[in-house]
Amino acid sequence: MELLVASAIGLMTAAGIYLILRLRTFSVILGLAMLSYAVNVFIFASGRVTVGKPPILSAAASGYTDPLTQALVLTAIVISFGMTAVIVMMALGSYLNTGSDRIDMDDEGETR
Amino acid sequence: MNHWIIAPVVLPALLAPFMMLTMRRDLMLQRVFGLAGTLALLGIAAGLLVSATGTPADVYFLGNWPAPFGIVLVLDRLSALMLGLTAVLALAVQLYAISTDWDTRGRHFHVLLLFQLMGLNGAFLTGDAFNLFVFFEVLLIASYGLMIHGGGRDRLRAGVQYIAFNLVGSTLFLFALATVYSVTGTLNFADLAVKVANLPEGDAALIRVAGVLLLLVFAIKGALVPLHFWLPNTYAFAPGPVAALFAVMTKVGAYATIRIYTLVFPTGTPATGTLFAEILQPAALITLGVGVLGVLGAQTLGRLVAFAAIASMGTLFIAIAAFTPQALAAGLYYLIHSTLAGGALFLICDMVSDRRADDRLTRALPPIPQHGLIGALFLAGAIAAAGMPPLSGFLGKLLILDATRGPGMALVWSVILATSLISIVGFARAGSTLFWKAHESAPQARPVHKAEPLSFAAVFGLLAALLALTVFAGPVTGWLEVTAAGLFDPAAYIDANTLPTGGTP
Repeated sequence: MELLVASAIGLMTAAGIYLILRLRTFSVILGLAMLSYAVNVFIFASGRVTVGKPPILSAAASGYTDPLTQALVLTAIVISFGMTAVIVMMALGSYLNTGSDRIDMDDEGETR
Repeated sequence: MNHWIIAPVVLPALLAPFMMLTMRRDLMLQRVFGLAGTLALLGIAAGLLVSATGTPADVYFLGNWPAPFGIVLVLDRLSALMLGLTAVLALAVQLYAISTDWDTRGRHFHVLLLFQLMGLNGAFLTGDAFNLFVFFEVLLIASYGLMIHGGGRDRLRAGVQYIAFNLVGSTLFLFALATVYSVTGTLNFADLAVKVANLPEGDAALIRVAGVLLLLVFAIKGALVPLHFWLPNTYAFAPGPVAALFAVMTKVGAYATIRIYTLVFPTGTPATGTLFAEILQPAALITLGVGVLGVLGAQTLGRLVAFAAIASMGTLFIAIAAFTPQALAAGLYYLIHSTLAGGALFLICDMVSDRRADDRLTRALPPIPQHGLIGALFLAGAIAAAGMPPLSGFLGKLLILDATRGPGMALVWSVILATSLISIVGFARAGSTLFWKAHESAPQARPVHKAEPLSFAAVFGLLAALLALTVFAGPVTGWLEVTAAGLFDPAAYIDANTLPTGGTP
């Protein structure tokens, strides 16, 4: 279980970093999305990995999982969705305005 | 519990949506309400500054929940100072934007400005690391809107870069926070300070990783080398008044560094020791060097001022990296100075490039309207930014030099003094191209330009604030020394986070 969670976070982070180092906005956005998935799982795991325990008070519960990380990850998801929407709109606007989807500011090679 | 503490966050949070919903077609009403909001924020900040001077730290418990469980806002001298500084700068920016019609070149300028102020004020007030992240995002998303205000292809391209860089920064911030939480089980600053100081031996490595990750995040915000790449393009292509407002946004990085690394990771912490000072100091020195080289080599006016902003962050972080009360007091003085000077310089630079219709420094153009007056303003701004007497930049640098006596002083002193010289040369070169050589080039019919008394008032106001900072340097440094001493003795801050007796919900 721990191995699975850890390697999932690691793989997603690696893929995300590879993608944000590319030159085109589309792959950069995919990379950012990948990184935000990784960080969401990471936040979730920082409250320790527990299986089958409730995060809210319950009379039948034998133990609890950390509720705070679930609240944190909810906020993080909402914010990263909003931010992804913003950058998608911006990238689209930039593409329609400049005719290029390169993310760097180099003026050469602008015409595709 | 002082209910005014939450006003700097709640007021723009209510006013901005109200403005957007009810007066989206009426620019005049937006201007009136936007100005009223900023003035009210200035008044509240002044009141909080007075109240923070009297008490060591005042805590606002949201929903009256006790501290480690509920979210708290903490008002101390440092956060009150930053609130005041933000409000002053915002007022100047808003006056300038109204006077030069910047707010007509796109929609919702005043609404976005208020949201930006909400994020800034919240970031300065919060006493909780996750809320710091949330307010960072609020101020960033407003800044994305402001950055592309007015449109245009260069601005959009620079905007995409800026957003992408900051999204990576936000991701890093979350990784850092999750690591801190997994080690300590809390994200409240005061609670963290207690828990990190008494950390078991085995967790030391993990908290060091978290601390360095956090430092990277604040370095992105503060444009420290090697994480400064977003700044030159962003500031050079952002609308002039927005770039001026961003002068306080880099200071958020400095503020967060001061807050976290004096409160949670002071140099006496067994797990981390002086690790962060050792990372921060070389980075700050190189930042200063890169900044002034950029000033010297800039081809456009916008980039010149952007690199001057990077250089000022370098100087500020040198003072912070010393982690002594004396150096921090000097650094805070320089922080006030560089925010006001940076804001003024960006506004002056916008005046020049707006009238010249070309901000390249490679060729001289005929004199611009109001040539002499703007030339004099540029001179004053350049003196302030380069840290020459008689303005407060000189005093700030002098205080920093005085505070960094001791081992390693040869390096720090020579970097600060040499970079001051280089930046004077850079500004002199730009000034001579813009204002002296202009008389030699072929005279043309002067284009008519509207007088804009308000925008001059905004710039003169910022310069007058700098002058006041110079004249009242004695009382100001005295106040800042008490502030810095309070930051290095966080017992009062930590005590304030316990709920007063009888305050149970």
